[in-house]
Amino acid sequence: MTSSRPTPLHAEHQRLGASFTDFAGWSMPVRYTSDIAEHTAVRTAAGLFDLSHMGELELTGPQVAQALDHSLVGQPSKIGIGRARYTMLCATDGGILDDLVVYRLAEEHFLIVANASNAAVVREALIERITGFEAELRDTTADWTLIAVQGPASVPIVATLTDLPLADLKYYAISTGKLAESNILLARTGYTGEDGFEIYCRPDDAAGIWTALLAAGAPHGLLPAGLACRDTLRLEAGMPLYGNELSAATTPFEAGLGRVVAFGKEGDFVGRDALARRRDEGARQVLVGLTSTGRRSPRSGYAVHDPESGQQVGAVTSGAPSPTLGHPIAMAYVGVGYDEPGTQLQVDIRGTRDAVEVVALPFYRRA
Amino acid sequence: MSVPDNLQYTAEHEWIALDGDIATVGITAFAGEALGDVVYVELPAVGDAVRTGDACGEIESTKSVSDLFAPLDGEIVEINDAVVADPGLVNTDPYAAGWLLRLRVTGESALLDAAAYETLIGGE
Repeated sequence: MTSSRPTPLHAEHQRLGASFTDFAGWSMPVRYTSDIAEHTAVRTAAGLFDLSHMGELELTGPQVAQALDHSLVGQPSKIGIGRARYTMLCATDGGILDDLVVYRLAEEHFLIVANASNAAVVREALIERITGFEAELRDTTADWTLIAVQGPASVPIVATLTDLPLADLKYYAISTGKLAESNILLARTGYTGEDGFEIYCRPDDAAGIWTALLAAGAPHGLLPAGLACRDTLRLEAGMPLYGNELSAATTPFEAGLGRVVAFGKEGDFVGRDALARRRDEGARQVLVGLTSTGRRSPRSGYAVHDPESGQQVGAVTSGAPSPTLGHPIAMAYVGVGYDEPGTQLQVDIRGTRDAVEVVALPFYRRA
Repeated sequence: MSVPDNLQYTAEHEWIALDGDIATVGITAFAGEALGDVVYVELPAVGDAVRTGDACGEIESTKSVSDLFAPLDGEIVEINDAVVADPGLVNTDPYAAGWLLRLRVTGESALLDAAAYETLIGGE
């Protein structure tokens, strides 16, 4: 075994026969039985995920909203209490340091959820950026266990364990309450393209909540689900993954996420000048979807070619055989002019160039 | 993880069942578990001559793709069409229905016995 950090649910995963992988220093379940079965369960019933590796940062103080408007590309001061927004932390040159979900828990209390691999970078950048504001940051990663229930059966499953009025909890909203008799934060967010919930609970309560959800979900077809299917689910849903689609070398505009940059907000924010330039110049590379009728899947790093000239015009960032669609799908950065849906391109799959077609993202949208 | 005693193994996580000069080859349960659900298997053509260590096929799962290496020198005499049609057999029945190919062995190669392979994968 490696020295990676177990989550508070490690014993539960072992009991369920999980295979583990090291992910950003955490020992995480990669699958329990079959990635495809877990993927399909999320699309048709529900899946139960341990996401305790995600980083949680809590910010408080009289000027916390202004401090975050300055620090992030979005406008957290405009987020209503009990609501959430997807946003990004960018460097002064506009490069993406992480993509984040920001929840406003109270007027002067925000919860920021960062990718495990970037949690330290986000924490250090925010500590520096909020200096001079009346705001404080606490890294509460170790205080929270994050459990997600994702899939069309999420509502009936969670409803059996809480009195919270789930119908009133809108997409990208968060509420405090009780679930399986433990105090929790219940958010209607996720990373699978399905309806579902993310449950923030105390580590001591995590095993009780996990087993209660497994039991409540079993009649609905819920399966425990690992990181392997989380990746194919997010890919089908066209959601970017930091390290694949997003990096310090890309700005939100290449990723097709320029809308997250709030140029209209008051005051300066880190990266404003560089991002405004990129907005005005236009991106040189654009994130697109690719599909193929073949059997071999484009994978991260594979070159994308123009079949006419043979020239390389881009590179794949993520790719896999889509369990839902039954054919290979991929995301890639390609040069402007090659990004129109219907464009025929080729991907060099380990020495053989296979035909692919540019398609609009996402590949999959829930009914 | 099961490592059948009656088979031989390579460090590339393949198993070999020798019957005279015919070797049946598959990948181990350990390899199948590491790959995840196999969705595509590409195998060499019958008649191909292979040398030990040659990449002669591919095994693709939702998560990754890995080469299939020839475990011995020889000539491919049969491939498992059933596993091409239903690649999940590699996961569900790796040592029987999930076999990949048969070759007529033409040279000697150092293979691992079950105990040595078990040590390689960390033992149980």
